[in-house]
Amino acid sequence: MKDEKKATRQSYGEALREVGMKNKDIVVLDADLAGATKSDIFKKEFPDRFFDMGISEQDMITTAAGMASCGKIPFASTFAVFAAGRAYDQIRNSICYPNLNVKICGSHAGVTVGEDGATHQMLEDINLMKGLPNMKVFSPSDDVQTKWIVEEMLNIQGPCYIRTARLASNIIYDDGEKFDGKKSVQFGEGTDATVFATGICVSEALKAQVELEKAGINIRVIDMFSLKPIDEEVIVKAAKETKKLISVEDHNIIGGLGSIIADVLVQKYPAKLLKMGIHDRFGESGKAIELLGKFQIDCNAIVNKVKEE
Amino acid sequence: MKITENDIESLKGISKEIRKSIIEEVYSAQSGHPGGALSATEILTVLYFNQMNIDPERPDDENRDRFVLSKGHASAGLYATLAERGFFDKSELKNFRKLGSMLQGHPDMKHIPGVDMTTGSLGQGLSAANGMAMASKIDKRGFRVYCLVGDGEIEEGQIWEAAMTSSHYKLDNLCLIIDNNNLQIDGKVTEVMSIYPLKEKLQSFGFEVFEVDGNNIDELITVFQKAKTIKEKPTAVIAKTIKGKGVDFMENQVSWHGKAPKEEEYKLAMEELNK
Repeated sequence: MKDEKKATRQSYGEALREVGMKNKDIVVLDADLAGATKSDIFKKEFPDRFFDMGISEQDMITTAAGMASCGKIPFASTFAVFAAGRAYDQIRNSICYPNLNVKICGSHAGVTVGEDGATHQMLEDINLMKGLPNMKVFSPSDDVQTKWIVEEMLNIQGPCYIRTARLASNIIYDDGEKFDGKKSVQFGEGTDATVFATGICVSEALKAQVELEKAGINIRVIDMFSLKPIDEEVIVKAAKETKKLISVEDHNIIGGLGSIIADVLVQKYPAKLLKMGIHDRFGESGKAIELLGKFQIDCNAIVNKVKEE
Repeated sequence: MKITENDIESLKGISKEIRKSIIEEVYSAQSGHPGGALSATEILTVLYFNQMNIDPERPDDENRDRFVLSKGHASAGLYATLAERGFFDKSELKNFRKLGSMLQGHPDMKHIPGVDMTTGSLGQGLSAANGMAMASKIDKRGFRVYCLVGDGEIEEGQIWEAAMTSSHYKLDNLCLIIDNNNLQIDGKVTEVMSIYPLKEKLQSFGFEVFEVDGNNIDELITVFQKAKTIKEKPTAVIAKTIKGKGVDFMENQVSWHGKAPKEEEYKLAMEELNK
């Protein structure tokens, strides 16, 4: 993990510009939040292929579906709460059911939105999106991975959802690192505990891993950047090899990463899982860092959870 | 293109065949929505047999004109029209809404030749049609897009988001058609949730608006021809129709929105349509 920080929404915007150069069929839509989702980086380069739909997420999503039906590859971006929440029926009926090639970016996911508070802190999007047939769900942990996922989504013929964050977080991977879209990334071989993390919580888990090592506790951290499909193999392996299983996410513990892992465990290798995340409540205003602490999904909380009897 | 008396008579004959197929479908399935399919029969006939640039042999042609049945519950009408036009065999219609059939309750673009958009959840079709019209312009393909909405359907807010988009992006290759039969499930549109004044609403959203007897083939052709000449703005056709049109006991009866005829009713309807 590096000291340098960048928000995954910024990486998303930069990646759009890159893929936009290579593929002329890519079009980008936004709902008056291009400056925030960072799709404006694409807009500056390709104004003819950028469409601001105004503050109308439902219209944006279905317009993207219509474009996709004619061979375009639309990336529709807005805050996660308005994409996955407000336009859920449009994503379900106009994109997923006909399996149209639309890429949806839900930015500003989780409590780390910060000061805007509960109305803007999406804690249910993974739950909503993973339940849709044909949908793939990605939750990148850093800059390098976000860029790789944007490229990877072009290899997938069908709907994809990518969840990005407002808060800048540590860059974890080396420039140009490649991933396997059906897998996860494991850090360390520790057997004292496994921490499954996704999105912004991965860097927190990696910090915790270092702290715990100082205390002689060896854990493995697994970056679950693909939530659907999920890497079942790594989950079962961790359940077999490690003493304790923990999941951590900036999302409701109902229906998020923890639930997805629990689903795998209960079918493949029953084991106890401790779920860290937002405990079935709405978020609140505050600084992103303060909120990570308050909701017990930061480095300290992970360290304590691993040490707990 | 000059339209002759013979053309009109031939189109009238086709719409009669489509009506018969609608009744056959709904009767066979003992399920479906005859009222709104019958009100839109002339609109479907004129689009698919006179106006649209389509080829049943090449249903995926990238340059074809598109049609979005936003009021997806009128699927029996669309399927009857597509079969009549040769997109698939008419014998398929008897499987409408049955287990294992490609003819799903609401239009499914993935499995039915000729269906350009999956619809059913009301209020979404105009947005999809806009997306198609925008794609046509981006790629300079020049195809036109038609979108048929129900009058009750436009109570959905998304329709008005989409109407702004049609106008903002100057989609002159888009034609919105409102099947204005003035009935929705719970009663008269004017009593459930009024959409009026409709012409003024659409005009204020930036549409060039035409009003027409939506069950009159002659008038529909004239208006669609005119719509093609409008530049820099989208067009809207308010088609005044009769729900259940063509089957006497179904006409203007809200109860026939989503109900299948029993054997006696079926015979009566077919007798009238075979006259």
